[in-house]
Amino acid sequence: MAYYAKSKGQRVVDWSVHYGLLACYLFFALFPLFWLFKVAVTPTKLLYSEGIRMWPSEMTWTNFTQVMTDTDFPQFFINSAIVSGSTAFISTLIAAAAGYSFSRFHYRGKAVIIVLMLITQMFPLVMLIAPIFRILTPLGLTDSLLGLVVVYTAFNVPFATFLMQSFFDGIPKDLEEAAMIDGNTRFGALVKIIFPLTLPGIAATLGFVFTAAWSELLFALMLVSSPDAVTFPVGLLTFVSKFSVDFGQMMAAGFLALIPAAIFFFLIQRYLVQGLTAGAVKG
Amino acid sequence: MASIQITEATKSYGNTAVLHGIDLNIQDGEFIVLVGPSGCGKSTLLRMIAGLEEVTSGSISINERIINDLPPRDRDIAMVFQSYALYPHMSVEENISYAMTLRKSPKEKIASAVNGVSSILGLNGLLERRPKALSGGQRQRVAMGRAIVRDPQAFLFDEPLSNLDARLREQMRSEIRKLHRKLNATSIYVTHDQIEAMTMADRIVAMHDGYIQQVGTPLEIYDKPANVFVASFIGSPAMNFIKGTASASGDGYHLQTDQGHQIILPESSGLKDRMDVILGVRPEHLMIVEEGPASLPATVDLIEPMGLSTLVHVRVGQDSLKIFTLDRPDIAEGTQVHVSYIKEKLHMFDARTEMRLESPV
Amino acid sequence: MTAATDLGTHPASRQGVTSRRFLSRFEPYFYAAPAIVLLVTVMMVPLVVGLTYTVRDIRILNPFSGGYVGFAHFEAVWHDQNFHNALYNTFWWTVSSLFFQFFLGLTLALLLNRTFPGRRIIQSLVFLPWAVPAFLSGLNWAWMFNPVISPLPQWLFALGILSEPTNILSDPDLAMWGPIVANIWFGIPFFAITLLAALQSIPGEIYEAASIDGASRKQQFVSITLPFLAPTIAITLMLRTIWIANFADLIIVMTNGGPADSTQIVSSYIFTQAFRRLDFGYASAIAAVLLVLLMAYAVSIIFIRRSLLRET
Repeated sequence: MAYYAKSKGQRVVDWSVHYGLLACYLFFALFPLFWLFKVAVTPTKLLYSEGIRMWPSEMTWTNFTQVMTDTDFPQFFINSAIVSGSTAFISTLIAAAAGYSFSRFHYRGKAVIIVLMLITQMFPLVMLIAPIFRILTPLGLTDSLLGLVVVYTAFNVPFATFLMQSFFDGIPKDLEEAAMIDGNTRFGALVKIIFPLTLPGIAATLGFVFTAAWSELLFALMLVSSPDAVTFPVGLLTFVSKFSVDFGQMMAAGFLALIPAAIFFFLIQRYLVQGLTAGAVKG
Repeated sequence: MASIQITEATKSYGNTAVLHGIDLNIQDGEFIVLVGPSGCGKSTLLRMIAGLEEVTSGSISINERIINDLPPRDRDIAMVFQSYALYPHMSVEENISYAMTLRKSPKEKIASAVNGVSSILGLNGLLERRPKALSGGQRQRVAMGRAIVRDPQAFLFDEPLSNLDARLREQMRSEIRKLHRKLNATSIYVTHDQIEAMTMADRIVAMHDGYIQQVGTPLEIYDKPANVFVASFIGSPAMNFIKGTASASGDGYHLQTDQGHQIILPESSGLKDRMDVILGVRPEHLMIVEEGPASLPATVDLIEPMGLSTLVHVRVGQDSLKIFTLDRPDIAEGTQVHVSYIKEKLHMFDARTEMRLESPV
Repeated sequence: MTAATDLGTHPASRQGVTSRRFLSRFEPYFYAAPAIVLLVTVMMVPLVVGLTYTVRDIRILNPFSGGYVGFAHFEAVWHDQNFHNALYNTFWWTVSSLFFQFFLGLTLALLLNRTFPGRRIIQSLVFLPWAVPAFLSGLNWAWMFNPVISPLPQWLFALGILSEPTNILSDPDLAMWGPIVANIWFGIPFFAITLLAALQSIPGEIYEAASIDGASRKQQFVSITLPFLAPTIAITLMLRTIWIANFADLIIVMTNGGPADSTQIVSSYIFTQAFRRLDFGYASAIAAVLLVLLMAYAVSIIFIRRSLLRET
């Protein structure tokens, strides 16, 4: 918004409203997360008696240590890290290539591909579970992390492609043409000149896909059953049934689960805004 | 160094043709300027020579070798972009040496080439900087340096000065010209600015609507524009046009203007009685005179003093004319004057085809 | 003609030239190929297979199932009271979630589209809910609505929103608001991010020109900001409508459709049919109906967006 001359009193009111509203948003966004943490550090015996106290009278880390030592939780954590990391990496690579193709070339069938990608965003994904299960079974990809990676990659590629395309749109075509005249092949120009400039976009896409894969529950639940391939969300859900009494441990596990995605997102959200801005200017 | 031949080259996007049968021969060491309004196809032609656009039909050769399907990197040409297209993540030095690095030139050779180029262009203190930290003029120089350092077969320039302010543009114009004299490399320069075309070119290629309108030295084009388009596009202030009908009188012709005046026309074999003619006259070939036999009555609309010269806008009937004079005429806007012309310097065009009617001068 | 001249001067290079031309013609497809292959094999093929299930009797535990049943499933869907109820719930679930996500997201984007001390850190923090896995948000919010272990019901009671501090998730009249609140919490950042990006792409001079022309803040918002945002708003609203309508995670985790089916939406109903009753044929038929409804919606939005763009 543009700012123009205003009296001091008006400015004070203006900024108080501004910060006041932001404080409301911050409270709404963070209070549930704070509560998650509060429950996680509350000793089990105080869970109900001090249920609505803002902070327990005594605090404990045992929920965290128990989750890390007494449960399969570290294994779930590693599985999720592998699945989400690989999905993020592969999706971004594929989406970068496709986004580059959409951004730089005009060719027959491009509109059809884009419409197909949009349509995939409309599927009730539950509908795909049974057919996908059928297709993956003979390939030995059910009950394996690799199967999850394949499925998650396919689900995330469309949006990631649109995201990458908008980043590429923000980079002038002249640059790779100059590089091609300087002696690069098109692919060489892409790797040496365009990729370094798209790094924020790549980071944003990586973060976006990582977060999505880290959160996915339904397919992980349906496609995987053996404990050594169980991911975080599924593991946490088994917590609910297995340790239904131990809310403290569950919340501790949940809080731990939150950390990687939160850190990733915390670092990249700025680039998300940037990238969408760059694309918006053009399109 | 190289000669470039373009033979019947066309370009179309789907069913839209943007270039029609372009024929052009460029001599080794020539400085060619492609000039025309935006959308005339000049940049597309340049990009086809660079290999950035496919040639739809016809051929482009460098040194007699057809390069239609050669990727840009194998054409051994350098290009300076309008946006400069400097690599933002590389220093000036890396920008300039990038092409040589790709060609795996030895380090010492690269270093001495970069040194040579940066001293020619006055970039010595800037080699470590990123493009972001440079002024517009400096960026332009880096873009030039990046082209020069490669010692290519040919230089292509795509409106390289259009992002500079007027003073810098004038300065770079002469620098590029001097540089060309020194390197003597075949150069093709695209611009919409006819002053750049006039001052820089060995030969000008005037383009319009995907066709080459005329090829010639700047003075040929200025003195004998092939058609109304070239006549109106080249020259600043622009040529005046008067419409009328030729009619035979005695042993020659005169023009009966649509405004009811008569102008005596120079001889031309192309003239016929009752032919519609567009008469062109450059502002410097009109003058304000006392009333006389060959003068036209006019009203002064506007006087633009430019120091060195003065531009007087007058109206003859409905025709608006500009008169260029080195004098400082002592007349006020709104007064009645008389205008005369140099008969030998009149340009005549067939109103139907808009093509030049040759006169023997 | 070209080839002949070429052949004349450089007989050896012809092969190379044609293959290069071939390569450059197909280059765009090479870049897009992995994405296309993946989408076709993992999404389009299963979709088609899923569509064939709609006319077959596919029950996992019944070995005699698998036969062709024609449009029997669709007929059943047409008469299925639970489906009608779910459709009605889906409508309210989507509209209310979207309404609050959008307006709160827009306000947040406007607040963040100023420079002020602490902006970067505040932005990172308010966007954080987007990174919280949906199932975890569901669990956490289910917890938040429990009066024994969370102060939230007390607060709502104190504010006069609740008549007594009970768990709204067990009240059929109010239960839907539980997942909706969780969804709003989760979805505000998405709108804020996309709208903030759109806001930042509006050139500042336009506002300066408008304020010199005497436009008030409110007039500037109506005459500049909104028209600039309109295309982004249309596309994000469309995408989010579809995602939210399909988004069953929160409901499954928080209420599982209950109490008394009061929070059952179509996508959670599909889930229930498929994985509790293992009737894939029927579940697929419902999913196909949902898909058609969503596509009709998307097409009409795209149409509206296009006419908006034409106007500007």
